[in-house]
Amino acid sequence: MPLPVFRPEDDPGPDFLHLLRKMGQDPFAGPALGENRAVEITHATTIVAIRYADGVVMAGDRRATAGSSIAHRGMEKVQPADRHSGVAFAGSAGIGMEMVRVFQLQLEHYEKVEGSAVSLEGKANQLSQLLKSNLAMAMQGFVVVPLFAGYDRRQKRGRIYSFDPTGGRYEEPEFHADGSGGRDARTTVKLGWSEGMDRNATVELAVQALYEAADEDSATGGPDLVRGIYPTVATITEAGYERLPESDVAERFAAVIASKSRKGLSL
Amino acid sequence: MPFYVAPEQFMKDKADFARKNIARGRPLIATAYADGILICAENTSKTLHKVSEIYDRIAFAGVGRYNEFDQLRRSGVQYADIKGFQYSREDVDSRSLANLYAQHIGNIFTHEMKPLEVEILVAEVGIEATGDQIFHILYDGSVVDEDRFSVLGGEAEAITGRMAKAFRAGWKLPEALKAASTALKGPDKPVAVPDLEVAVLARSESRRSFRRIEDAETASLLGLPEAVEAAPGDTQPGAGGELADLPKTGAGDPPA
Repeated sequence: MPLPVFRPEDDPGPDFLHLLRKMGQDPFAGPALGENRAVEITHATTIVAIRYADGVVMAGDRRATAGSSIAHRGMEKVQPADRHSGVAFAGSAGIGMEMVRVFQLQLEHYEKVEGSAVSLEGKANQLSQLLKSNLAMAMQGFVVVPLFAGYDRRQKRGRIYSFDPTGGRYEEPEFHADGSGGRDARTTVKLGWSEGMDRNATVELAVQALYEAADEDSATGGPDLVRGIYPTVATITEAGYERLPESDVAERFAAVIASKSRKGLSL
Repeated sequence: MPFYVAPEQFMKDKADFARKNIARGRPLIATAYADGILICAENTSKTLHKVSEIYDRIAFAGVGRYNEFDQLRRSGVQYADIKGFQYSREDVDSRSLANLYAQHIGNIFTHEMKPLEVEILVAEVGIEATGDQIFHILYDGSVVDEDRFSVLGGEAEAITGRMAKAFRAGWKLPEALKAASTALKGPDKPVAVPDLEVAVLARSESRRSFRRIEDAETASLLGLPEAVEAAPGDTQPGAGGELADLPKTGAGDPPA
């Protein structure tokens, strides 16, 4: 690979996707597949973001499905985008993972080239542009729906952005959940949410939402007690992105299961 | 060409031109210390940096014409990010980047009317101290691989002499910084803290090891009284403060 040297009028600036295209490597340039798809697409499922007093809690299950079978049990759908933001995705797993990778690199690349970080809203807009680049693939069924949340260091609060497959970007004032179990998760959060919740209550609410989503949606993975795989839960505050240790998440799920068992499960 | 100029004369003129202009620039020192690599430059600007991050374990520094070495820096970031995307983060190394820079700068020196008036440095911190690498690339594309320290810019010889006397293998950051900042102008006229640009590649668990050391911390490392007045928490990790730490890691660690 040569050293990329551009004339000022050709320089892609801090835009990593543009740079990749200039070097002939568009990550979203998929071939047209036509109507009859023979490929089984892996899908990823429930993701949640909830705003609270110190920032945002993000959570997501770990299951990926291909049709009705489980494709992967330990997928990480919630990942740090940079120090003060996180990104999660539902939908086509391969493209979703690639989009997250390009997004992470995009933010880092901008920061290194420009010497300063993009604003939180700027980051959300960047993700929206990545989604738009994938529109041709989305039209063929490879849909990805990300969820972006972070701590806005200028406004000193947590902020959440939801997206649609065409790149539409919507700021959510309180919380959001997406994916096949998103509706169940959203309802659970809606019933339990209040302004200014503390970290503990919010993490508990996120865990509950994932539990309910897994209870109703076959494509959402619950806590896997046999293998010890638990959903990802992370907080994003002024101190940055911090993933909860798996043991902590395990305890919280155990508490939910215990309270449900006491009540007696209603079918 | 209407007049004949001997190739020797032509090259010598170009080299003299580049050397003269680089020597006017303020100097810069990079040195290995126990827990990483320290880069210390004399720079009166707070925003136009001489030292910057290229990749997880790689830093860049340049002296001479700002627009020329900044363009090289950007190319380096672009090269490293694409390579890491195409292969893996582990596959991005300073040696191949230094070679590319050398080829690029050498090409310009040979084929263009005006050579680049820059000297640059590519440093990489290893997992172990034996893996630390410092490459010094000159205006004509020649590369020097240094294992103790490297001096770029004006008065390089005098500074190298002072630095050689002070250097001790495996020294700690405060000692290395004190020696480097003293060597820049000599013991009788030390560079004031606000005119120092200091950054380290810190050997740690963090993915991104580049960290700028702000004035308050520099003063405290040098044992100067300015440290007392400075507000704690004034120093921020990373290039722009928004140090992205992707898989498995926490924030940029403070130096030992």
